[in-house]
Amino acid sequence: MFGVDIRQKAWSAGLIVLFFVAWELFCLMTGMSDLVLPRPSQVFVTLVQRFPVLWPHIVQTLATTMLGFVLGVVLGVALGAIIGVSKTAYDTCYPLLIGFSSIPKVAVVPIFVLWFGSGTVPAVLTALSICFFPIVVNIATGLATTEPELEDVLKALGASKLDILWNVGLPRTMPFFFASLKVAVSYAFVGAVLSETVASNRGIGNVMMTASSNFNVPLVFAGLFVLAGLGVALYVVFSLIEGQVTGWATRKNDVIAT
Amino acid sequence: MRMQPNAQFYGRPVPEGSATTAIELSEASVTFGRGDRAVPALSRTTLKIGDGEFVALVGPSGCGKSTILRLVSGLVQPTSGVVIVGGREVAARALRVGMAFQNPTMLPWMTIERNIMLPLKIVEPFRSNFRKLRKTEFRDRANALLEQVGLKGFGNRYPWQLSGGMLQRANLCRALIHEPRMLLLDEPFGALDQFTREELWAILQNLWMTHKPTVLLVTHDLREAGFLASRICVMSARPGRILDDSRVEFARPRTVAMTFEPDFVALNQKLRAFIEDARSAAEEGAG
Repeated sequence: MFGVDIRQKAWSAGLIVLFFVAWELFCLMTGMSDLVLPRPSQVFVTLVQRFPVLWPHIVQTLATTMLGFVLGVVLGVALGAIIGVSKTAYDTCYPLLIGFSSIPKVAVVPIFVLWFGSGTVPAVLTALSICFFPIVVNIATGLATTEPELEDVLKALGASKLDILWNVGLPRTMPFFFASLKVAVSYAFVGAVLSETVASNRGIGNVMMTASSNFNVPLVFAGLFVLAGLGVALYVVFSLIEGQVTGWATRKNDVIAT
Repeated sequence: MRMQPNAQFYGRPVPEGSATTAIELSEASVTFGRGDRAVPALSRTTLKIGDGEFVALVGPSGCGKSTILRLVSGLVQPTSGVVIVGGREVAARALRVGMAFQNPTMLPWMTIERNIMLPLKIVEPFRSNFRKLRKTEFRDRANALLEQVGLKGFGNRYPWQLSGGMLQRANLCRALIHEPRMLLLDEPFGALDQFTREELWAILQNLWMTHKPTVLLVTHDLREAGFLASRICVMSARPGRILDDSRVEFARPRTVAMTFEPDFVALNQKLRAFIEDARSAAEEGAG
């Protein structure tokens, strides 16, 4: 079992290496200009050389992402709990929520800028508005799928709605919640960068915009690499937390793995 | 027409007001929905159950057996008529009855022990002491019950590590942990195989004989009713009414072997005949 796991990881790592090697070879063989598509080796060199300059922007992007994400989680959990507990609230709010969620978030950035000026605030708000929807949906679904029999058992014991929510509803929601956190943190990241790209003078998004208008294409790609790295890192962090907190929901994998 | 079973064991009418009354339904009706869509589930049912009785409700499916359970537990209010439980008109919060359904609904993130202790987290006076006693007195209480149903040593397992029969035993423990005066069982063994089911009959009988709660058992299985109950109520098709109400007086503890003896078979056949009549009456009514 252990061997299969290692082999799987080796294949994944191999594919990543292969991707970069193929890219490098493609650029070398076609004599591609680095104004169009720089070689990965050039991008890495730029990344290392410009890192001191990039660092404050990385911090900025991460900070706006996390702030937007945390606010999104708070809001999402609250709203999700309300519409998950009450069928009426669910039916009433859902159409409006769908409406909000289907607005492309690029379209709301100018509005945020109009209200709050360019910079950190619209980035945080964009991150929030893009990441809170999956949390709402997952919390509400988790709560709505509580077995009716168990609810009857507890009600017959004199349990209040709050008792049921606390002892059954919320714990049951945890796997859904953490699964949604993984997605939401990636979304928040996308939202923050999006807003920085359109309207900010700080953050990785802004660095990439400035670099591309200076035709510093290797730096644009260096920014992309940073974003990919950060995105993966955030995803990994929340996957690990998910595994720690809701091991009971993935027991089938454990059984196979041991 | 029908086979007359030995009157010594079955068929004596229930005497009026013998023991303290635990449950009293008088002329209770339940209708779900309103106007054109109203569905009558139970019609003017009168039923009196004494303290510590074990009553089985049998009848064709959809006849309102479960509705009676929900009435008694306070989950449903009567549309008309009166339901008195434990001396007062039913109010869900005051009763704290133990309930168990066909689906054992153990919470997958808790050990069996903690699942069984769940009612103690909700019902007073245990609730206020839960933090203090959950690792001592309450856990001992859960394990004593587990031992009684043959699950000694399974307390720290998780629900997915147990078979269906074992989960259903744990379910009975959860229904009894707070020592309710009333136990409401809605086809608790419906999803189990014949042998496991018979095993659980003996376990439930044993629990009832030691804890002596008032039990109301809804079942489709006539042998189950005969094995467990001290009294069987036969209900008509929807909207339900009680057609027959008689005592079962086989000696306890009863055994599976007893269910194949002539008196017991005769009881089964009598009940069958009642239910078949009720079913055909319902079909004529519909046609």
